[in-house]
Amino acid sequence: MGEVILKMDGIQKYFPGVHALDNAHLEVRAGEVMALVGENGAGKSTLMKILTGIYQKDGGSIEYFGQEIEIHGPRDAQSKGICIVHQELNLMQDLTVAENIFIGREPSKGLFLNQGEQNRMTEELLSSLHLNINARTQIKRLTVAKQQMVEIAKALSYQNTKVLIMDEPSTALTASEIEDLFTFIRQLKATGVGIVYISHRMDELKQITDRITVMRDGQYVDTVNTADTTIDQVVQMMVGRVIYEEPKSHSNVPPDAEVVLEAEGLTSLDVKNVSFKLHKGEILGFAGLMGAGRTETMRLLCGADKRDSGTIKVRGKEVNIRSPKDAVNAGIGYLSEDRKLFGLCLGLSVADNTALPSLDKLSGPLFVDDGKIHKAATEYVDKIRIKTPTVKTLIRSLSGGNQQKVVIAKWLHRDCDVLIFDEPTKGIDVGAKSEIYKLMNQLAAEGKSIIMISSELPELLRMSDRVVVMCEGRVTGELDISEATQERIMTFATKRELEEAV
Amino acid sequence: MKLNEKKIDMQKVLAPAALVILYVFFSVVGDGFLSMTVFKNILESSYYIGFMAFGVTFIIITGGIDLSLGTVMMCAALLGAYTFKQLHFPLIVSLLVAVLVGAVFGFLNGVMVAKLKLPPFIATLGTMMMSQGFGSIITKVQSQTWPTATEPVGGWFKKVFIRADLFGVKGFPVGVFWLIGFFVIAALILHKTKFGRYVFAIGSNEEAARLSGINVDNWKIAVYTLSGIFVGLSGIMYAAAYTTITPGTGNGQEMNGITGVVIGGTSMSGGSGTMVGTLIGVFIMSVLKTGLSNLNLQAPWQTFFTGLVVIGAVLLDIQRTKAANRVKKS
Repeated sequence: MGEVILKMDGIQKYFPGVHALDNAHLEVRAGEVMALVGENGAGKSTLMKILTGIYQKDGGSIEYFGQEIEIHGPRDAQSKGICIVHQELNLMQDLTVAENIFIGREPSKGLFLNQGEQNRMTEELLSSLHLNINARTQIKRLTVAKQQMVEIAKALSYQNTKVLIMDEPSTALTASEIEDLFTFIRQLKATGVGIVYISHRMDELKQITDRITVMRDGQYVDTVNTADTTIDQVVQMMVGRVIYEEPKSHSNVPPDAEVVLEAEGLTSLDVKNVSFKLHKGEILGFAGLMGAGRTETMRLLCGADKRDSGTIKVRGKEVNIRSPKDAVNAGIGYLSEDRKLFGLCLGLSVADNTALPSLDKLSGPLFVDDGKIHKAATEYVDKIRIKTPTVKTLIRSLSGGNQQKVVIAKWLHRDCDVLIFDEPTKGIDVGAKSEIYKLMNQLAAEGKSIIMISSELPELLRMSDRVVVMCEGRVTGELDISEATQERIMTFATKRELEEAV
Repeated sequence: MKLNEKKIDMQKVLAPAALVILYVFFSVVGDGFLSMTVFKNILESSYYIGFMAFGVTFIIITGGIDLSLGTVMMCAALLGAYTFKQLHFPLIVSLLVAVLVGAVFGFLNGVMVAKLKLPPFIATLGTMMMSQGFGSIITKVQSQTWPTATEPVGGWFKKVFIRADLFGVKGFPVGVFWLIGFFVIAALILHKTKFGRYVFAIGSNEEAARLSGINVDNWKIAVYTLSGIFVGLSGIMYAAAYTTITPGTGNGQEMNGITGVVIGGTSMSGGSGTMVGTLIGVFIMSVLKTGLSNLNLQAPWQTFFTGLVVIGAVLLDIQRTKAANRVKKS
């Protein structure tokens, strides 16, 4: 194990009314991957913002190669060799790989850019990182994984990078792309760079990290060796309590349960002849790799996109769903994977968001009945335990898990019997995740029918009664939970068209 | 967090404070600014700006914009006067024509924005020029006049909308009743109806609103049409205050309305705003206009200062958005 190159100690940070960091601590050695984990709001991002000079610390010390340093700003951090790859990609889609990497410090010949030199330098950099990417390619023509690697290459192009921070680099990646990323990280380690790896995915920590630092509520909890620790122990440290985990062994749905929703031959550009049935009280999992057409299928079901052919039956009766309005009237509620983009009006209150689909019911002949709205929202805040100061609080000030619950409340109040959860726990911390699971089970037990798309197989195996697997827009398999395993699902999920009778 | 919330409350009192400060400023430096005549002038120039601003408040909260306000207002006033004087329509019918002109252009804007997916900026830039041209074509570029108070036919026009001898006061500014009356209607629609709630939802997150089963396209058309009706009404108030309408004018008037809305705290990025804010913003604009001409600074100066205020108001809007985002993060 290499020498300690970075040591942050006793870091304090105050925001108006909030003690964001209290005695935070982080240590990075040369050539190691240090995981930084904690629930949302644990202070990971704040600590990293202090390290990269975006925030100034209010107390504590940063020791870098044995010397105490002050970091005055992002440029200062960069020049010292501390670089960050943000969760969101900050690349210009229409520019080439080379142009993106050297933006702001382009090599020039007199008045003009030296494109040739820029491309040559980029190719040199990429090949030194064993990346098979053309320097002249436009960013938008690369896969998200490749774009991510360009972002990392860019960070490393500042010659002297010694500490590289990666903020949830795997969120947008498929399983095979993650493998590529990990290979790349291992190569990077070998060159002596110290890596701080922030992630919500526990299984990844085991694969790629050497040590794990856990934070909770702005405080340092512990640093452990990955090899000597189980995931459960890490999760316990994160939430400060034991999480109850139990995979489902058999379906809770009687075989003769009523068919609530039946899709037949759904077809659009990305969806090919998809059929399935959903029973009352069932949680139907949808598995598949990124781009398998699961979200696209659900968008057809809820009228967000137009389908080319196929029929949708609700309780045996065909319904013509041509717009989200039709779907809502048929009792189908869709909870998007991107709450902020598709699920919530961030500028409105908890009450107004809850009431949005059912304002017809909550209005008199002329005016909306704010008393009723208030009452309805309060009822759901209690029922599904939404943590909010009042129902008039703006939704943007709630945590991810509670925002998700408001979306659920919105559909419950609209009397939706079919709830489509698209990646319901994405970007939600561990504690809130198990709350959402509990809630979904409770809803199913009350007779709601649930479709759940998830890219996390353990989550699917834990929640579903039945699993439909998709690949390249078509259904490639269907498994009862009693016969479903990760391996079997993956086999179906990678069953490409070639192998099928054409 | 507490601190930031206080800051946002500060923003709320900023507009009323600015109104008071402006008024006091002009009272001190101006000559006879504190007279009844000047006060009436302030009110009279606030009527038509007010109606434009009430309407466009809805549009701006949905995240849109309407640049055709000024020229559609003039077009409505022109065609109303034309049907009255040249075609000898009864005055009441001519007034309805004015409202209808506003509604039709508003509907057109709505269809282009909602159904044809044109950016509001471009769509309304188009109708801005169309309405200006249309008014000139119909009137053959002749100025049109509305009846004055002394005319036998339609003499009631000014008495009903601008001044009348009322409550023992000679020349009582009755227009203020119309302004306040329609302010109350607009405020109720915005803050108390389903329509208003959808306006906020669309401005806050259009896609989320659509997926909640709201027919966003139709509601948007309704928003632009409603705004058009208010613009038609503003045409009537403009006509009542200034009598003679010249074809080819109106360009730039929309900025009075839009600036009033933004000064009043409605965000250009949509999703938030209040009708009370707009009312205060409108008074700020009309105090500024009247105050400047009271200082004997003529039209070019007024235009210059309006431009300055536009920039200031948008800067303020950016600051507000920043403050709101800070609350979100902490």
